[in-house]
Amino acid sequence: MIKLTVNGQAREADVADDTPLLWVLRDTLGLTGTKYGCGKALCGACTVHVDGTPTRSCQTAVSTVAGKSITTIEGLSADRSHPIQRAWIELDVPQCGYCQSGQIMSAAALLASNPAPKDGDIDTAMAGNICRCGTYPRIRKAIQRAAQLARKES
Amino acid sequence: MSDRNFIGESDQPKVDSPWSRRDFLRSTAAASGGLMIAFALPGCSKTEEAAKSAGPPKIVEANAWLRIGTDGAITVLCDRSEMGQGVYTALPTLIAEELNVSPESIRIEFAPPGNQYVNSLLGAQVTGGSTSVRDGWEKLRTAGAEARTRLVTAAANQWRVPATSCKLVDGYVVFSTRRASFGELVEAAAALPKPENVQLKPASDFQYIGKPQKRLDTASKVDGSAQFGIDVRLPGMLYAALAQPAELGASVKSFKDERAKAMPGVRHVLQTASGVAVVADTWWQAKQARDALQIDWSPGPNAKLNNPGIFAGLRGGAGTQGKEVRKEGDTDAALRAGRRIEATYELPMLAHATLEPQNCTVEFKDDGCHLYVPTQVQQLAQGAAAQAAGLPPEKVFVHTTFLGGGFGRRLDIDFIPAAVECAKAAGKPVKMLWTREDDTTHDKYRPPARNTATAAFGADGKLSAFKLHLVAPSVTARWAPAVVQSQVDPFAIEAAHNYPYDVPNIYIDYLQHEIGIDVGYWRSVSHALNCFTVESFMDEVAAEAKMDPYQFRRGLLEKQPRWQAVLDAVARKVRWELPAEGVHRGIALMSGYDTYLAQVAEVSVQGNKLKIHRIACAIDCGQMVNPDIVRAQAEGSIVFGLTAALFGEINIAAGRVQEQNFDTYRLLRMNEIPTIEIYLLETNEKPGGMGEPAVAVVAPALCNAIYAATKKRVRSLPIAKQGFTI
Repeated sequence: MIKLTVNGQAREADVADDTPLLWVLRDTLGLTGTKYGCGKALCGACTVHVDGTPTRSCQTAVSTVAGKSITTIEGLSADRSHPIQRAWIELDVPQCGYCQSGQIMSAAALLASNPAPKDGDIDTAMAGNICRCGTYPRIRKAIQRAAQLARKES
Repeated sequence: MSDRNFIGESDQPKVDSPWSRRDFLRSTAAASGGLMIAFALPGCSKTEEAAKSAGPPKIVEANAWLRIGTDGAITVLCDRSEMGQGVYTALPTLIAEELNVSPESIRIEFAPPGNQYVNSLLGAQVTGGSTSVRDGWEKLRTAGAEARTRLVTAAANQWRVPATSCKLVDGYVVFSTRRASFGELVEAAAALPKPENVQLKPASDFQYIGKPQKRLDTASKVDGSAQFGIDVRLPGMLYAALAQPAELGASVKSFKDERAKAMPGVRHVLQTASGVAVVADTWWQAKQARDALQIDWSPGPNAKLNNPGIFAGLRGGAGTQGKEVRKEGDTDAALRAGRRIEATYELPMLAHATLEPQNCTVEFKDDGCHLYVPTQVQQLAQGAAAQAAGLPPEKVFVHTTFLGGGFGRRLDIDFIPAAVECAKAAGKPVKMLWTREDDTTHDKYRPPARNTATAAFGADGKLSAFKLHLVAPSVTARWAPAVVQSQVDPFAIEAAHNYPYDVPNIYIDYLQHEIGIDVGYWRSVSHALNCFTVESFMDEVAAEAKMDPYQFRRGLLEKQPRWQAVLDAVARKVRWELPAEGVHRGIALMSGYDTYLAQVAEVSVQGNKLKIHRIACAIDCGQMVNPDIVRAQAEGSIVFGLTAALFGEINIAAGRVQEQNFDTYRLLRMNEIPTIEIYLLETNEKPGGMGEPAVAVVAPALCNAIYAATKKRVRSLPIAKQGFTI
């Protein structure tokens, strides 16, 4: 039995140690907002925060995050109020939407560590997240907009 | 919190004739789950009646797309699949406009399979061909207008006032100081006869159409709650992974499953029509056990298939006459008489690479087989599942989820039968999910093509002849063989048959050459093949004539005002006559899906290093339902087209697809995109499709820019294989 803290709640999972965190979140805990895209940390659709660090959950054995604090898209805010989510809504970023949980988690981590990211910072932070629909221009604008929103609040 | 599932969501109610008086009781679970059961009046006790009148509203079906509750709640059934292109917003907007209600106030469900949902442009219930708005433009507004007419008539009859003096405001019919809600009126409205010749709102009265309304699916796509096929969870559900032959067309000779069966969580191992499946308690367990299967495969007809052979086959069609597509004047005579120029272009196979891999969840219940599936073809999915289940189609219930990308991949139903077989064998609900590698190696690939264009200049120096010989396998031959026998495959000759330039002698033919494996409809279909050919070649012709590529095209488009207008628009926006220092430009244009568009690509090349600075696109897609979604589709299509032009290629060796995951099948990333500029022309033409056309114009514009920079013609894609680093 592996003990995890997911979105602030203590959770337990009776799975093999080497099970990827992604499948524990999705199939064992029912948190399906985190997506499977490649299984090889190539697309970023499975991005979650582990103690605040953006992490590809498809390549993270669940035993390695026991006791750590995991945040998924469901836990980013209770009401879509995170500046990244508000900016995403304002600019209507998603198309099919499948990659967007991962995009949002990567972007939220970027904003947490860099409140005023430049284009180059955004490229570096977001290059690991593929969007097959090609929403990149809007993601870039939305990150800048979210930074503005966050600054207004602080 | 996002752990939503379909528990409690009943079978879709059967839809009778429009505005049939079918009443449905929406249970209190409706608000969260959507349980809908037949409203049974007889036998109700008085207390039950009283409770009902105070309690759950009745739901009245106005027509196939619209339900109005006695509480005034409006539900629209979206009969096209939402795969990013925005139908979940655009189609309800068409109905909302006629009802004068905000699209945001409407509840939306995906429609079940049904003949009433057949796409009149494609003859089946299909989301594809950039047809959704074109097909729905009058149909859905008419559906809304009929409902509006009846609601107004019901109110006017009640109040004994002229219907023409009543207005619709925010879900109410209003006359002077009197008003009644849609909910109060809906039952009386339902009793009225179907109105004849309803009047659609004039465009000048539009409140929502043509305005940049917010997408209705965004909120659920920023908090993880949007339900894709992969997210479906049913009580007691098991998970399946499928082993398919690496060699396309091979079959199972024998297999050993002792190791797999001994692994944790494994419940069943079964041979299916397409391979060997493992069913387990979790998908990870199923996948691990699948990888432990030892399968002996019998080679099939493609055991020696490889890319060089495929292209040699296409080359072999160079001298073979195909089916005539277009003939004007005497092209051969003009080619003999004039100064000739000829070029051949080769295009690779491509995978769709939807980010959500193929999946399907199946549950057998007392009433039949329930399918929860991201599909573009509800009726075909129903048929495929029925066959696999051994049930009549009406016993298969298709619940469409959001699609994590479609691009034509989910027009195919190859991933459905094995899921049905697993659920049947397991006696429990089963979700089958393909891995990324399964998905890349078992796609229905974009057809490869080898096209040859020939032109001649007459004695006066003008273009006197244009000849085009298209050679490619046919997707339609698999879908609708009868169509291909009786006519030229319409989905093989797009962006060729409508060659717009004013040339006196034109000849175009298409030779269908099959390659041994299935090919599929890939976003923009043959537009991508043929626009690359035609627009690259016209650039070569302009260079041969020593003319500016924009002005050369423009001069041949005097009789084509919509083509010329988009060409002029994009040239004006980028200030074609004044390129930035060190930046080189290419231009290309196309008409497809009733949309006209032109693109300019700007590049610089240092050594072999290609840098793409900007892609600008001018679009005339006629009347727009939602300009911001049009813009988003154009932006995304350009990224999609750029990915294909730069990197896209599927290689087959010994019948096996070599590309596996995103390390070998590369998709464009955030740090690799140029500036993208979209310019929308406002016209009052009928709506054109926008899901696909901008994809096809990228490669020719880009390769023409590379020529401007290097004098090197890229006649074979992808660009990364032509000596350039990106």
